[in-house]
Amino acid sequence: MTIEHHPGDDLLLAYGAGTLDEATSLLVATHLALCPRCRRRLDLAESIGGEWMNRTCANGTVDETGIDSAMAFAPEDDEPAGPATAGSGPYLLPQPLRGYAGGDAADLGWRAVGGGIRQVRLKTRGKGAAARLLSIAAGTRVPEHSHGGEELTLVLAGSLYDRGKWYRRGDVDVADASVVHRPAAGPEQDCICLAVADSRLKFSGAIPRLLQPFHGF
Amino acid sequence: MAGQVIRNADSSVQWGMERTGNVLGFRRPGRASRDNASPRKQGARGGAGAEGPSSEARAMSTRLEAIAERADTAAFAELFRHFAPRVRAYLLRGGGDAGQADDVVQDTFATVWRKARLYDRRRATAAAWIFAIARNRRIDVYRRERRPEFDPRDPAFQPDPLPDGERALTAVQRAEAVRKALNTLSEEQRDVLRLAFYEGETYAAIAVRLGIPLGTVKSRARLAFGHLRAALEARREALT
Repeated sequence: MTIEHHPGDDLLLAYGAGTLDEATSLLVATHLALCPRCRRRLDLAESIGGEWMNRTCANGTVDETGIDSAMAFAPEDDEPAGPATAGSGPYLLPQPLRGYAGGDAADLGWRAVGGGIRQVRLKTRGKGAAARLLSIAAGTRVPEHSHGGEELTLVLAGSLYDRGKWYRRGDVDVADASVVHRPAAGPEQDCICLAVADSRLKFSGAIPRLLQPFHGF
Repeated sequence: MAGQVIRNADSSVQWGMERTGNVLGFRRPGRASRDNASPRKQGARGGAGAEGPSSEARAMSTRLEAIAERADTAAFAELFRHFAPRVRAYLLRGGGDAGQADDVVQDTFATVWRKARLYDRRRATAAAWIFAIARNRRIDVYRRERRPEFDPRDPAFQPDPLPDGERALTAVQRAEAVRKALNTLSEEQRDVLRLAFYEGETYAAIAVRLGIPLGTVKSRARLAFGHLRAALEARREALT
């Protein structure tokens, strides 16, 4: 698997700093599960955090009774050494996405939203972007739309064609507020992707009523 | 509780960003110091101001390993004394009240104690690892959100390929390169990193605080990151 389209360094940095909203963090973390290259960048981002913390003039005192109370429980021995999480896969959805969705792609309660597109909304807390899983039937085009803000799409199965480029498993398609687009699923299989958007999609064109279901987006 | 006092919390304050005028990794540093080598006597060839924090960072990694291997309480006490005030300062900068910050410090170090087995000195310095724990606890407690993270034990996780160039540097060497490169960033770029990492501000909030467009904040973040990556690359080339 070769990932060609990565989230920008500004996103990786913000994920390392812990300042992204939960939905965007979910997309970045899921990409990281698939992308060793970006995990190296995350290591770098976290080392910036460590350096900044180290630089602090630590004049304040911290109550040393905290030492004993922090050790009240024994170090955990139960971290499995080898690869072993619940079930054995293979899974289409990596963690943490599978946990948020409540199962792998085949197990989910997909809801048709029209036009060959099905979705599962994901629960994330806090303000900011919303996350949903989309399944776009092979060869189907998403109706033309733009966004109130940035939209990030992480492809998990199949392929997505958008503005002249193909996106495949692990790739992230970034569309900012200025983009009006109509991405399409590749012909080989249904495209499953995680979409995170700041705000509701805005459909353009003369057929908004046909797209009413999308307004539930 | 004391155990062997090696360095204390305040020693690393001596090297602030004010201090070093190093031009990032363009000077050929001393021989590659192996992570597992003795934390002492690493020679002064690495350049002024470099070996102090780096040998201290190695000692901190060794303490985390001592906790993992034998529940070493003295090592834990040393880590606590060094990092707890810093974690607390970090939390207070992020806008919590003192009581809440103390709770999160406590939580963070309980996690350090219990999860030390997950620490990997090849991947992170102790400072970066503890920063990440404190950051996650801050998100949990202050924002009441979850922190989504990948799980290396998940069957769908894509493992690392064989170590490449960047990995050939130890975490301590990478941290040293980052430390120097942070000092050579433009003030504008450094401000963005400081506000994001240390004050926990979103890019949108940074844009408001600095009175600049969101796009400018993001591009400064990208430029700063590119500068740090270039410094790492220069460091790697200097060692090979």
